[in-house]
Amino acid sequence: MKNGSGTGKIVAGCLAPHPPHLVYAENPPQNEPKAECGWETLRWAYQDLQKSLSEKDYDVLIVLSPHWRTYVGTHILGIPEAKSLSVDPVFPHLFRFHYDLKVDVELAEMIHAEAQSDNLEVQMMRNPDFRIDYGTIVSCHMSNPAWDKPIISLSSNAATAYFNVDVMQEQMISLGKATRRAVEKSGRKAVLLASNSLSHRHFTKEPSLPEDMSAEHIYNHSQYLWDMKVIEMMKKGQTRQLMELMPDFTEQAVSETDSGALTWMLSALDFPTKPAKVYGYGTVIGTGNVVAEWSAL
Amino acid sequence: MILKGFVLPGLPQPLLTPDAHPGYRKLRSAFDQVKAEIESLKPDVLLIYSTMWPSVLGHQVQARSVCEWVHVDEEFHELGSIPYRFEMDSALAKKITEAGTERGLHMKLVDYHGFPIDTGSVTALKLINPGQKIPAVIFSSNVYADRAETVVLAKAAADGLRAQNKKAVAIIVSTLSNRLFSHGIDPKKDPTSEHIHSLKDQEWNQKILEFLGKGRLEDVAQLSRQIQREARVRKVNNFKPFWWLSTVMGPHNRYQGSILAYESICGTGCAVVGLEPAEFAARDLEFDEDSPDVFTGERNVLEDVSHLGGMSSQTVHPGIHPGFEDGDGPEQ
Repeated sequence: MKNGSGTGKIVAGCLAPHPPHLVYAENPPQNEPKAECGWETLRWAYQDLQKSLSEKDYDVLIVLSPHWRTYVGTHILGIPEAKSLSVDPVFPHLFRFHYDLKVDVELAEMIHAEAQSDNLEVQMMRNPDFRIDYGTIVSCHMSNPAWDKPIISLSSNAATAYFNVDVMQEQMISLGKATRRAVEKSGRKAVLLASNSLSHRHFTKEPSLPEDMSAEHIYNHSQYLWDMKVIEMMKKGQTRQLMELMPDFTEQAVSETDSGALTWMLSALDFPTKPAKVYGYGTVIGTGNVVAEWSAL
Repeated sequence: MILKGFVLPGLPQPLLTPDAHPGYRKLRSAFDQVKAEIESLKPDVLLIYSTMWPSVLGHQVQARSVCEWVHVDEEFHELGSIPYRFEMDSALAKKITEAGTERGLHMKLVDYHGFPIDTGSVTALKLINPGQKIPAVIFSSNVYADRAETVVLAKAAADGLRAQNKKAVAIIVSTLSNRLFSHGIDPKKDPTSEHIHSLKDQEWNQKILEFLGKGRLEDVAQLSRQIQREARVRKVNNFKPFWWLSTVMGPHNRYQGSILAYESICGTGCAVVGLEPAEFAARDLEFDEDSPDVFTGERNVLEDVSHLGGMSSQTVHPGIHPGFEDGDGPEQ
């Protein structure tokens, strides 16, 4: 890992959704609940992503999580290490994960400084008792289950809810650029994780056995059509066109892109025109999820 | 039986930094009044419906007998940590969950060490029940739920109280207008930086408080959809807490209302309000919304629903004159 040499680079950006069901079905020792099986297509997709990332030389994972929701700007994890129990408030029966992770605080502070210089509202999170959100943990665990790289977590601010998707996009495009500049100045090689689903309407009930795959399907056909449209654009490298479609997609597919994670990541990659590697698509409790990678190498 | 109801804000400033702004201190003093009132009422349990605990899978009910953690708010983490030890009424939580299930709701008991109790519930329980002498039951707020589910959830809570012959204080944890400033403020350095976000929010808050001050709880409940449109950032499907409170306390206007404080926190409208059952109604209005006893699920309005019955508030042929057979159109 280099420090401040100015030769840093984002080596890949990944769409890495965070349904806790995936960690539950993986049965890692850190998670208390245990599963028989479940959501294999997405888990196999993550295995392919893991293999791809393991072949890359990188120093840090930077994740923007929809489940660290802030309203006063973007907050950035700024404590050197974190060790605790993360319990999902929505799916506590599936996700009670004992985490022990390191944070690249130096790079986090550089992102903070670059974002501030662009007049973005940003704040470092320094409270040692702070509990890491499950979105951050799921995306990081599924991308790098060895947890042998430090992470940086960025919160998702509520610009979509407070204003609209266009305002969110403008902010997240700026934050993406600030992230890229910070990585380049830091000398780090970074992998970015956009921790969001595509269509995001959930079922409000689940089967008595959560991993009963006979009950798993997309919430409705219109969501599926939207997901396929977006994936097609990713596979064609049409990321700028996807940005233009984002307001309609976000609204009509009730998409978790409202968090800004995907916009931030694509902006940091300067809207790649080369096709994304799409590892797989699957639904989790009715939501549409894709695991995809844009390699910058 | 509900002895009294309270509306409490859930932001942590009155607990963590009450002297950072005169308004926070006023809210803190109002919380102290609520604490004293609850002590004098001697309820068996505190029922808390928190808008700051969102759920997706039906309705979650906190049932862990002892909840212990050090909480940090995800937004206001710089204000400090909140260690807590709360006791829940597990038996009542189970009974309410059973009652809700019988009434057609998807209910889930929550009984896990380390479960993240929301900032609003933590703030309320720390301030109004500091010695944790009274056990609580906390209800989540389902993001997709609308009025029918919320009314039925409140009826399930009342079922549980009746079955176990318990006296309760009912509490909703919610701001009125919920729009925070999207930039940081420092109210200690600049007290004028703290105010209600907009004049529109202010006027809606005052309207809500005017009604509550007169004891018109059901009127506020009936206004919920409009409040959601006018004074709420739409993070969830609807503004539900007053549906829950009016149903669990009794859906009418026979209350004595007292506004103990109304201040802003980071731009949001934060009020501490008490509602006590009274002999006479502030106003006696007709209410046009049904009061469902069971939740029969969502209706798919895109399909032929003529075979369904029991829909008291909507025609099965919206926009079409009655008396036509399926497939026939209205007269031109």
